[in-house]
Amino acid sequence: MAESFDEIPELPTQRSPQCPLDPPTGMYALRDVAPITKVRIWTGDDAWLVTRYADARTLLGSDSLSNDTRRAGFPFAHPARKAASQGSRPLLSSMDDPEHAAVRRFLAPEFMVRRIDALRPTIQGVVDRLIDDMLAGPTPAELVQAFALPIPSIIIAALLGVPADDMEFFQTTSELALSTVPGAGRARHLINDYVAKLIELKREEPADDLLSLLARLWANGHLEHDDAVNLGHLILVGGHETTANMIAVGVLALLQHPEQVAVLRDATEKVFVENAIEELLRYGHIAHNGVRRVAVEDMEVSGQTIREGDGLIIAGNICDRDPEAFEGDPDDLDITRPARHHVAFGYGIHQCLGQPLARAELQIAIPTLLRRIPELALAVPFDQVEFKDGNYIFGVRALPVTW
Amino acid sequence: MKVSINQDRCIGSGQCVMIACEVFDQNEEGLVVLLDEDPPETVRNRVRQAAQNCPTRVISLTE
Repeated sequence: MAESFDEIPELPTQRSPQCPLDPPTGMYALRDVAPITKVRIWTGDDAWLVTRYADARTLLGSDSLSNDTRRAGFPFAHPARKAASQGSRPLLSSMDDPEHAAVRRFLAPEFMVRRIDALRPTIQGVVDRLIDDMLAGPTPAELVQAFALPIPSIIIAALLGVPADDMEFFQTTSELALSTVPGAGRARHLINDYVAKLIELKREEPADDLLSLLARLWANGHLEHDDAVNLGHLILVGGHETTANMIAVGVLALLQHPEQVAVLRDATEKVFVENAIEELLRYGHIAHNGVRRVAVEDMEVSGQTIREGDGLIIAGNICDRDPEAFEGDPDDLDITRPARHHVAFGYGIHQCLGQPLARAELQIAIPTLLRRIPELALAVPFDQVEFKDGNYIFGVRALPVTW
Repeated sequence: MKVSINQDRCIGSGQCVMIACEVFDQNEEGLVVLLDEDPPETVRNRVRQAAQNCPTRVISLTE
């Protein structure tokens, strides 16, 4: 194995077919070379690839990185992401402080822990109904359509104030909007137009929901119309494909470890169940394109000099497999391993806004599924499971299960 | 153990509340409120965990 590369390698994106739940094979090799290495991305630009947990936390917790996609050299993950940012106003996820902090503070109360905890009975009800329907239907069942996708879809739609009749349109259109196939751009526009329409409706007829809050902030002049729509869109899309994919990937990972399924199914301690879900988040790390930033000043990290204007790719997925940060072998799933400090939700000022909701949904959905369908098993061999590894958010295309 | 918080840095992630709700709460804006600046031994491990997991390093501990 060469100690260094003569040419700058391309950013590794290929997962091993035998280990599709692990980060791309090439990332491990780069991590072995140095904690921070240069990679070439699709734009032809170079960026610094960060593969160590400690550096990820240092960098994401610093004030030296910009999230502003308008900056020269911003290392977009994919042409579709670059296209999405052209000519539009920056999203919450693409802003820096102080603008970002102001917008985030409007939204923070909607996702505070006790508000989300008040939703738990509703989440449990949705989960139970979906399992009832699965049990009443034929096997094999397809877990993504029957369970993983509807749960966060129904809940985020309720939170936002999306009418139930529009749900199917949303699920299909949002899934397309987050993919990298042709048609993704059009799907984004459709979602945007729909959110705009709802916000306008709720400006006239407000209810106690998030889109009404956005409408009110627009009406009071705290937000421009386009910003309100973008935020509605961000939350709608961000709140359901992510959790949907995580439910499916989490169940798949567990099914590969039947002894851990039994332990989680029978667990009664809340703290144990919570940690098991954190371990699934760590292991799955479905936001697999890495956190993309631009340096706003020169800095030195782990012996590497990073210059102002350099692009960075903080590869959180491989950081969450760092043996210096996690006990035992972090490339294995172990629901008893302390995993709370993972970076699957990111770190720093942009850490996922919806994380209390994501946690509540996962903490309810996965253990309930295992308890109510104790004989749950994959209905196809593992190597026939198809993955959405070109998507912005990693997941499975379908998860055929039986019992 | 002495706990202090810098509410200006808080983004309202709720991590501290999820980990150690006896010691941390959120106000109506979702920002951190410190309930006990000298928490008992029984919760100190979780207070350390909350400090570690705060995404914006709001929580400082003196031990």
